[in-house]
Amino acid sequence: MTPADIVTILEQKFGDRIKSKKLDGIDPYVVVDATDIVAVCRFLRDDPRLRFEILNSICGVDYLEPDAKKAPKAGFEPHLEVVYHLSSFSNRPDGRIMRFTVKVLLPRWKDNKPGELPEVPSVTSVWNAADWHERESYDLCGVWFTGHPDLHRILLSEDWVGYPLRKDYEFPLEYHGIRGR
Amino acid sequence: MGVLEGRFEESVITTTLEQAINWARESSLWPMTFGLACCAIEMMATGASRYDMDRFGAGAFRATPRQADLMIVAGTVNFKMASRVRRLFNQMPDPKFVIAMGACTCGGGPYYKYGYNVVKGVDLVVPVDVYVPGCPPRPEALLEGLMRIQDKVRAMKYLTKGQPMEVPIPSRTGYVLLPEELSTIEKANEWARKNKEAAAPAKG
Repeated sequence: MTPADIVTILEQKFGDRIKSKKLDGIDPYVVVDATDIVAVCRFLRDDPRLRFEILNSICGVDYLEPDAKKAPKAGFEPHLEVVYHLSSFSNRPDGRIMRFTVKVLLPRWKDNKPGELPEVPSVTSVWNAADWHERESYDLCGVWFTGHPDLHRILLSEDWVGYPLRKDYEFPLEYHGIRGR
Repeated sequence: MGVLEGRFEESVITTTLEQAINWARESSLWPMTFGLACCAIEMMATGASRYDMDRFGAGAFRATPRQADLMIVAGTVNFKMASRVRRLFNQMPDPKFVIAMGACTCGGGPYYKYGYNVVKGVDLVVPVDVYVPGCPPRPEALLEGLMRIQDKVRAMKYLTKGQPMEVPIPSRTGYVLLPEELSTIEKANEWARKNKEAAAPAKG
């Protein structure tokens, strides 16, 4: 089964709720709205033709060019992406593990208010593995996963300020009396 | 020892009590098992048969700070770990010594500029006696560091002069006082621009 077939199955089911798609490249993907992500993921896992029972990773990606001069040439508007990498072990067309990618595009801040985190529904109800991945995305990229059972920082300490993998993150000058830089 | 020399049998050695205590102490340092990152592998190699830290009396790695008097901080210390490092240091009985092993613990190492969560040198958290640079240091380098600790123990004057039991923590702030022409970013840029102009080849 090629990525085009997977997208065809998805489009039959969800129609124009699949916002965009990209079929060439190493990681073929579709883009869906944040509100649809749980339904799409559940369908990808449960449909007998697909059976993506493995969630490899959830990544947060910050698209922002901090340099104001380079920003017009960057080729993208500032936004945040959450990327879901899926694998299927039970469906193996031509003997290979089938892989697929789903993306959700988000504003960098909810309602463009700096400090308000953009929200995505959690997919922990679909894959338990999403738990720690979502905590990591929240910790480093600042994405709020609604419905997550226990969303708090996983790597950094609880009282950390800011989200380090955001492009406009400012390093701490001091942390509990220890010089930061 | 002039008066006492040669007045006893051959198997009797005369020394000062201080030297005897220091000798006993330096020959039996008990390091704490404290591997934080890749340097720990090199520390284990130092303790293993080929390099054999036990030759210098420091082979008994303890898993608790209360039984150790030498802390080998081997590996990157991040801010989350820093409070634990200091607590472990405080739990060690006096006299205690710290070796900062590796580039990260000496001053941040490769994480100095872009490591948002790495402490820029463990001496900002605990007082360090010996720095062992390297990424990671060879086992020989760690043994050298251990011998410098032993030198330090040998020179201790506990009985005759006394020694402050509490070492101030941290022993330095880490802030560097810059010269006047570099004190602000604007001044530093100006200074760099002038230097560049001076270095440029003359026209014509």
